[in-house]
Amino acid sequence: MNLSELYQEIILDHARRPLNRGELENATVTVPAENPSCGDELTLQLRVADGRIEDVRFTGQGCAICMASASMMTRAIKGKPSAEAGALFQQVHDGVQGRGEMPKGEISALGGVREFPQRVKCALLAWEALREALGLRKSSGGVVTTEEG
Amino acid sequence: MQAFRPLGAELRSDFPVLDQQVRGKPLIYLDNAATTQKPRRVIDALSRFYERDNSNVHRGLHELSNRATAQYEEARERVARYIGAPSAETIIFTRGTTEGINLVANSWGARNIGPGDGILLTEMEHHSNIVPWQLLAERTGARIDWVPVIGDEGLPDAAALKEKLERRPKIFAFVHVSNSLGVVNPAAEWCAMARAHGVATLVDGAQSAGHMPVDVREIGCDFFVFSGHKTCGPTGIGALYGRAEMLEAMPPWQGGGEMISRVGFDRTAFKAPPHRFEAGTPDIAGAIGLGVALDYVHDLGRDRIFEHDAGLASDAAERLTGIPGMRLLGPKRGRAGLVSFALEGVHAHDVVSLANEEGIALRGGHHCTQPLMRKLGLASTARASFYIYNTPAEVERLVEAVAKIQKFFQR
Repeated sequence: MNLSELYQEIILDHARRPLNRGELENATVTVPAENPSCGDELTLQLRVADGRIEDVRFTGQGCAICMASASMMTRAIKGKPSAEAGALFQQVHDGVQGRGEMPKGEISALGGVREFPQRVKCALLAWEALREALGLRKSSGGVVTTEEG
Repeated sequence: MQAFRPLGAELRSDFPVLDQQVRGKPLIYLDNAATTQKPRRVIDALSRFYERDNSNVHRGLHELSNRATAQYEEARERVARYIGAPSAETIIFTRGTTEGINLVANSWGARNIGPGDGILLTEMEHHSNIVPWQLLAERTGARIDWVPVIGDEGLPDAAALKEKLERRPKIFAFVHVSNSLGVVNPAAEWCAMARAHGVATLVDGAQSAGHMPVDVREIGCDFFVFSGHKTCGPTGIGALYGRAEMLEAMPPWQGGGEMISRVGFDRTAFKAPPHRFEAGTPDIAGAIGLGVALDYVHDLGRDRIFEHDAGLASDAAERLTGIPGMRLLGPKRGRAGLVSFALEGVHAHDVVSLANEEGIALRGGHHCTQPLMRKLGLASTARASFYIYNTPAEVERLVEAVAKIQKFFQR
């Protein structure tokens, strides 16, 4: 089986034991995301203060690619300024579709989906939720923003 | 040892698409519940029509139009014969199962469904036999009731069905063979029960028409719908059978050419069925291809096809059970030709991607049965669905691949 491109060890590790999984207390923004082609659902929660992502968690379930992607993403953006997270979103968004370089580090492993066009959505589900959470595009419904905290 | 007689593997050569490698391995096509492959003679019938006879139907007086019309109407007769319909006039060409159900929901529904009326469905329906009724219920104020399915076997709750029919819904629409469970519903028995309570019936034959004997008069349904492309035919063509008295009382659902007898500026008179329900230029080549496909399937023997498909699926189910973490859906006895499963700790998408590396085409997802999946507590399953050209050797390759995938994720 030649799947080293798609299922690298780092992906499997994250998928088996995802980081930052669970409910986030005092979240300032909660975004449900869904992949209608497979029914996978994921909810991303951020606590943003002074333009900085203080904490991030996610709930839901999905395939190995989807879970690993969410896990890596939360690790990468925790404690980062929102603007930096937004830039990272753009880089991953373009990178997994072969329209740019993937970011360096463990996230680069997600680039394997380039070979598997049907899996791009799996890799991007958490990132699309992040885009919405950061207000980088108009809400298409389902966004709940709570301003306290 | 197989307890069934598989069809001869020589018929594989009738299907050009099967002769190819995927990821360096021979293609094993196990996504037949989504669409079946096409035999050479169907592909040839399409090109032959476009190369020699292409013309519009029913309105030309010239030679080509006469030929096209004759072949198109002959295809209608073939469909009627194939499902045991009493006459070609009871067969309406559609784009497929989905359009057939929408036609009934819109046309029959407009005349027969009002506020508070009941529409009875089962929990194992495909979205195509849910959403058209939901749209109708929204428009009319009707309510939808559901026959529950029980456990992972997914068998319908017979006591609940009886009780719900006694409440006299206007129509009972149900799937003949479930695409995500492989349950075969007792269509004739259910239609008799419904009739006894004055309830109209629609049978969704998408997964049965190509796989088992179907006789609409034996079933005793008011409507039967199926798709050509799941029956060796082209995509974009299917058929609706309606009992003659039902069709005659139904209004048109789409307006246009071909379905009128006289059009004036103020009013229009419509043709009799089936043409009343076929507005515009139909998929002429598709209908002709469907006729050829149905003859091909019929000649193989639908009893034999069911034995073959169901035999492969039962074999697969039995062997897959041995894999750690395996959760099989569908009935233990009387399973149709498909196996749906969930592997603990491995998402269906990952199963399908890894199987693809072995040249095996599976389906992974909710199979357009989201309410059922939610009830089973699953987001998705992987599904292997079998057809006439699949072989016992392919079942072995499937089971080996799934075992390998399970190990891959447990390491």
